[in-house]
Amino acid sequence: MANATLPARITMPPEARRGEIVEIRVLARHPMERAIDAPGLRPVPRKIIHTLRVTQEGTEIFRMDLSTGIAANPYVAFTSRAIETGEFVFQWIEDGGVTYERRQVLTVT
Amino acid sequence: MTAHPSSRPVLLTRRHALAATAATALLPPAAAAQSSSPESFAAAQQAILAGRVPVSTGLSLDMPTLSENGNSVDLAIKVDSPMSADDHVARIHILAEKNPFPRVATFHIGPRAGRADVATRIRLSETQTIVVLAETSRGLVHRDSREVIVILGACVDGG
Amino acid sequence: MKGLTALLLLLVATAPAVAGEVRAPATFLSPDLRALQDDPSRHPGWLWIDTGEALWRAAPAGGRPSCQGCHGDIAGMSGVATRYPQVAQTGELLNLEGRIENCRSRHQQAPAFGYESEALLSLTSAVALQSRGLPVSVATDGPAAHFVAEGRRLYTLRQGQLNLSCAQCHDENVGRRLRGDVISSGVGTGFPAYRLEWNMMGSLHRRLRACSLGVRATQFPLGAPEYLALELYLAARAKGLPVETPGIRR
Repeated sequence: MANATLPARITMPPEARRGEIVEIRVLARHPMERAIDAPGLRPVPRKIIHTLRVTQEGTEIFRMDLSTGIAANPYVAFTSRAIETGEFVFQWIEDGGVTYERRQVLTVT
Repeated sequence: MTAHPSSRPVLLTRRHALAATAATALLPPAAAAQSSSPESFAAAQQAILAGRVPVSTGLSLDMPTLSENGNSVDLAIKVDSPMSADDHVARIHILAEKNPFPRVATFHIGPRAGRADVATRIRLSETQTIVVLAETSRGLVHRDSREVIVILGACVDGG
Repeated sequence: MKGLTALLLLLVATAPAVAGEVRAPATFLSPDLRALQDDPSRHPGWLWIDTGEALWRAAPAGGRPSCQGCHGDIAGMSGVATRYPQVAQTGELLNLEGRIENCRSRHQQAPAFGYESEALLSLTSAVALQSRGLPVSVATDGPAAHFVAEGRRLYTLRQGQLNLSCAQCHDENVGRRLRGDVISSGVGTGFPAYRLEWNMMGSLHRRLRACSLGVRATQFPLGAPEYLALELYLAARAKGLPVETPGIRR
């Protein structure tokens, strides 16, 4: 299954001047389940977002490998230089291969 | 309340520990290897350094020295870098000395980022040292670390 | 009004805790957590707010109107959360969750979401957000008076194996440290809140169940009359304090 939806909030300016560095903040709704197999606890299989990948016009501008050590409802902030108007594609890849996707346009003036 | 994962270490009684050992013995080799020996903190750091000696300058790690809840610890990293095509930060690694899986996250960035400036929120299982390593395109490694005390709240749902 | 509330908040934040004085929960947060509570770009509770605002606009099955169909834009709910819990015409005490569930079953003829369901938490949070910063102004007289009295009785009742009342911590020892925590005034103005301990949004009643467990007392079910009365008494104590939903709590 690809391009499923995931509740997410992407905070970035809608437009920027060419060459300006914009800050992008990303929150996604995900429990980031660690595998729990300790005696006396209900076993929970590991299910986390293991990769966040951001591309613009096919060019990767940011990628992060996440582990079970990242907090639930993962928050990530990074920067990008405004080069040209276009869609930022945010992809969260979950254990098992499901990919969630959101898009956001940055207009470069 | 619900059996949601807790950040706190699970105390094993001797009986439980024996049972756990017995259970591990029944697992296929791959699964047993995975559950019993995740990459150690030292091994993770060595693998990233690959023989290089890190410098302790040029990287600033901003995080609280006292964490109010190990489920959610804010962390921000900045590296001094021109972020040009031939001299930029390529990878930033977060390592947690005492977490079950010490390799917490790796950020892959490049000149397009404009700045080497990232942030996230991590889980800390207990009081420990956090190490951040930033690898540049020229093979330099910047390092900074922080001792973080994880305090237990008074009102833990599990009782 | 908002400016005045903010000013008052600032004043009490810098004043030392005084026994019996009821302070806004935000004033007990660390500067880091207070900043997080005020920053939708980092506050995970806003993920639930987004879901709640979408539910507000979504029509239920069966051709019944959406919340928006009757009430208009959700911004029109400004001030509503400050008046809950309140006594309905039927004589029953309803909190915001109960009011939304009633609306859903009576006017939308849809099955109730269920207490602590993601949908009810999201919708309650989105409605309460419209009152963020506005002072709590629940009615405590008339038909509400006996519910307030019952809530006060529970608040001051020694309970559980620890034989502690709510008041012994949240009035008599407010501002003091208990292990890693600072004891707050014990008001629910930030709920539903994102609690770091839970890794998610949760209701005031879920929090009260954790309090009951903490003193090893009977945990009442979510939505129980005991917790409803207590919720009203907590709101009566919090009169004039700003709604903080979605709060950040440890």
